[in-house]
This record gives sequence, structure tokens and C-alpha cells, in this order.
Amino acid sequence: MKRTLQLCVILFASVLVLGAMSCKKKLKDTDIQASIEAVLSADADMRSTMVTVQDGVATISGECKDEACKAKCEAAVAKVEGVKSVVNNCTVAPPPAVVPPVNDALSQAVADAVKDFPGVQTSLTDGVLTLTGEIKRSDLQSLMQRLNALKSMGITKIESSGLIKK
Amino acid sequence: MALQDKYKELTDAAAASGVNNLQIREQDKVLYIDGEATGTVKQQLWDIYEKLDPDYSSGDLMLNINSVAGVTDGAKLKVTTNNSNLNIRSGPSTNDEIVGKAARHEIITLLRKENDQWWYVKTDDGEEGYCYTQYLTPVL
Repeated sequence: MKRTLQLCVILFASVLVLGAMSCKKKLKDTDIQASIEAVLSADADMRSTMVTVQDGVATISGECKDEACKAKCEAAVAKVEGVKSVVNNCTVAPPPAVVPPVNDALSQAVADAVKDFPGVQTSLTDGVLTLTGEIKRSDLQSLMQRLNALKSMGITKIESSGLIKK
Repeated sequence: MALQDKYKELTDAAAASGVNNLQIREQDKVLYIDGEATGTVKQQLWDIYEKLDPDYSSGDLMLNINSVAGVTDGAKLKVTTNNSNLNIRSGPSTNDEIVGKAARHEIITLLRKENDQWWYVKTDDGEEGYCYTQYLTPVL
């Protein structure tokens, strides 16, 4: 009888200990989420991200400025107590507008030259300027003078057979 | 017909009218005529070009006659738009903001040349900025 009691005490104690241990391991998702949010909001780079936690799996989303920032978010979240794994759904902001091609000055000069002739479209390939669309016959010489002057900027040929003259 | 023959009337006129730094060169089926002349001579040459190729559709000539090469800083310029005011812009492109207007036939002053297309000018009212050179004619 006494021995049975002893056994019961040991068993009870171990249940307590185990229970406490597992309790410590298994934080509530909402608490984990709060901890993560605190970490993310403390860093300007990571402030625009969001997190949800389910069964210890943290899913982060939102926009990061670059890949390094995205990796940094993931590492920071993974370190938070209670997080078992991280699903990183963060997107990286698109890079700034495509770097203009080398002949951008020429493209701009062509755009400037045709600005007052709204019916005219242009395309520029390797120095050959192709004109399409339509123009008033009385405007044609003025347009051609402007475009011919762009030879000094790199236009080698003007192909205007597709341009309708009204 | 060789290009030099097709445009002989034009090249002869360019030579006869004293176009400075006249260069005539044929390459890859395109005839290049470059030079500097007065606005009057430039217009005469363009009218010959138009007579020879009324639609400018052959794609075999680049006529690059600069009528403003000799214009120096401080020169007076007349605004020669067709009927509208001329935009004065904050930078040398049509992407730049319009900061003022010059009336048709107004006389303005060249402060400096940014490039062959855009000049930095000042109006008598004190407005300063970039104008498109095709609408400016030097006052002689």
C-alpha cells in the first residue's frame, strides 16, 4: 500500500514535470505571433511585412526592398521562441525602372521632334528611324528637317514609306 | 540610278550656294549631305529635295544643313512658330516642365546653346529656359 502511494506520487510528479515541459514548448500561436510582430516592427527594413502563426508555423508576407531583406526577415522570425518553421511569402519590390538604353538621348530627341505631329509614330532600330502613321502634307517638310538634323546624334536612315501623307 | 545622279541638282545647288563645310558621302545606299548655310539656302535646298522626292519616302538621303551653326551667344532670335506660342522649358527636352511662353514673332535672346535642338534663352520679360531651335530664327 505504501509502495503504491509512493509510485503514485512519482507518477504524479513526473506528469507535472512533463506537463510543465511541454507547456513551455507549446506556446500559444497568438503569443508567438505577438513576439514576431514585436521583432518585425522594431526594424525599419521589416516593418512592412506581416505574419500569421498556425501550430508554430509562421507565415510571413508583405514586401521587402530586396532579397537580403527577405532573408533577414526569415532569419529573424525563425529565432523567435516557439516558431517551428517559417514560410516566407515575402515579395521583393521590383527594381527601379529599367535603366534607359544608351541611345536614350536620341530617343528623346526623336520624341521632341515629332511632338508637334501627333499622328506620327516612330521606331528606332540601330540608327534607322521608321515613321508610320499619318501627317499633313504641309507639315511633312518641317518634320523631315527636324529628323534629318538628328543625323549628328546618330540617325543613319529615315524610312518613311509607311507614313501616310494627307 | 546612282544616288549621286538622282540628287545631282541638290548637291550642285549646295556647292553653288556656298554651303560651308559641305560634305557629300554615300554609304549603304544612303546619300549624306552635311553642311552649314543660312536659313534661306537651307530652305532652297529642302525645296529641291522635295521636288526630287515629293514624299521623302525613298529613304536614301539624309540632308543635314545646319542654318544656326554661326549663331553666337547673345544673338537675337525671332520666334517662328506656325501660329502658337513657343514653350520655354526647365530642361532641354519636351519632358521638362514648361516654365514660360514666348509669343509668335517675339524677339528673344540666346544665352547659350545646349545642343543643336535646344537653346537656353531669355525673353525681354526676364523669363529664362530652353526652347526648341526649329522654332527660332536668328535676327540678322
